Amino acid sequence: MTTAIQTLGASLRKDFPIFSRKVHGKRVVYLDNAATTQKPLSVIEALSRYYSTMNANVHRGIHTLAEEATGAYEGARKAVARFLGARPEEVVFTKNATEAINFVALGWARHRLKRGDAIVLTEMEHHANLVPWILLAREIGLELRYIPIDAEGKLRLETLAKLIDHKVRLVALVHASNVLGTINPVEAVIEEAKKVGAKVLVDAAQSLPHLRVNVRALDCDFLAFSAHKMLGPTGVGVLYGKMDALEETVPVLGGGEMIERVTYDSVTFNQIPWRFEAGTPNIADVIAFLPALAYLESLDSKTSIQHEQNLSQAAIEALERMGFRVLGPKAPNERVGVVSWTSEFAHPHDTATILDQFGVAVRAGHHCAQPLMHKLGLAATTRASFYIYNDMDDVEMLIEALKEVRSYFG
Amino acid sequence: MAELNSLYREVILDHFKCPRGKKMIECPDVTFEGYNPVCGDEVKIAIKIQDGFIQDVAVNSIGCAISVAAGSMLAELLPGKSLAEAEELGKAFEGLLKGEIEGLPEDIGDLESLEGVSRFPVRVKCAMLAWKTIQHAVGLLKEGTPSKERISTEDATTEASRSEAGAEKHNGANHVC
Repeated sequence: MTTAIQTLGASLRKDFPIFSRKVHGKRVVYLDNAATTQKPLSVIEALSRYYSTMNANVHRGIHTLAEEATGAYEGARKAVARFLGARPEEVVFTKNATEAINFVALGWARHRLKRGDAIVLTEMEHHANLVPWILLAREIGLELRYIPIDAEGKLRLETLAKLIDHKVRLVALVHASNVLGTINPVEAVIEEAKKVGAKVLVDAAQSLPHLRVNVRALDCDFLAFSAHKMLGPTGVGVLYGKMDALEETVPVLGGGEMIERVTYDSVTFNQIPWRFEAGTPNIADVIAFLPALAYLESLDSKTSIQHEQNLSQAAIEALERMGFRVLGPKAPNERVGVVSWTSEFAHPHDTATILDQFGVAVRAGHHCAQPLMHKLGLAATTRASFYIYNDMDDVEMLIEALKEVRSYFG
Repeated sequence: MAELNSLYREVILDHFKCPRGKKMIECPDVTFEGYNPVCGDEVKIAIKIQDGFIQDVAVNSIGCAISVAAGSMLAELLPGKSLAEAEELGKAFEGLLKGEIEGLPEDIGDLESLEGVSRFPVRVKCAMLAWKTIQHAVGLLKEGTPSKERISTEDATTEASRSEAGAEKHNGANHVC
């Protein structure tokens, strides 16, 4: 295992052109991976190759370029399906995880739920899996319930049986928290939801970059994620839906591509999944997502997560020694490589500005999880998030830069 | 780390650690709350005026060193000024943050130390929060009737946050005595 881990970190950075640049005269120590990851050369080249060699609109053309573009686009769908353990027709391309979740809210829940029904979320949701439900609850009169978290930022599973009763039609929860790093035991929640016949949507935006998920084994009804958080380009998200769940879903967007037959006053829809992809899709970025998946598949995912957890653990120990308060679970194997902290003396924005002068990129703020921050009694945290190309040198640079924060504010 | 020293000068850190104007004012003429949704920073302003001159200013901030220090410096500088003079000072401060250091008024005081912020574009909003909030409060005082209670650095107050602000009004966030 140790040997395998040594192949991660610095030796991968050569595959990522951005790491050859400097920030404030220092090498880039990129610890904002939960916001978006960097892109390997293979992804950047795939984008350029598409536009240079096969640019054409998909699905409609008879000519060679259109045929090749369609083949590559649908090839990416097959690759995503394989990655998830799904069937290609269960993979809908969206622009990001947020749009995927909105499709479930507006395309499924809005038509299947009625006044008085309940949706269960968790207290650690990102706004992406919160605001669509607040808007829908307001529109049709739904009850929103929240699975509470404990002091370590873990779901209080003992509340599930009481929260998920016969009124609950949907449980929508985040797989890994972008603030706390907590990996949620979604299997236990899904089991409870099945007992009352509720559907389950998993927000996998922060988990899929790190953990291999088989949707068939997990048995969720919907799963959403974004390509750009896992080496892929921006502008590509995925909504996985079980076929019966997608059959219950209506298209939210109408237009070209998604139709079968149109008259002046009627429309019938194309097959699933194309009926959910109105208009010209983000062809180039979808195609360039394929080498990102290939890159991740070339690594052993267990080794990768172990590597990220080792880095997190080293960072957490150093932060605590320096007097910072780290959020989230104590056990390293209960979290992805996301480490958020606060301090009495330095505000996250000041911390991030000082770290930036050392070339260290971290996130400061509420991380699009304001209700969670409010629950924790915080306005903001500083967050470092690790990925496959980070290593102990990066952790050391973070700690070095934090010493400067202490010297200004401590 | 010369850049950092130009941003975090001693005088700024002093205002951050011991903010002036951090207090309650009894029966203020206007109270106003500013908010930066990007980082969650908040500032609550209360102003008391007498015969057209600012008599007292309370600035209660939750935020970074730059936003707290800017609010503290304004709390120190504004008492004794007319509303027009306050606006003039604010204009000079805005110019300073854009890197315009020519023709600064003599009474700009410690605010001058925030000049280094102009080299950190993402931090300009932090320095502006307290002033933007005071500017709205001063505007309300000139109009006579406060109509808005909460502003955002993004200038995109949504329906939801407006109704939230409306609720705060009933909780006494916007007393006019």
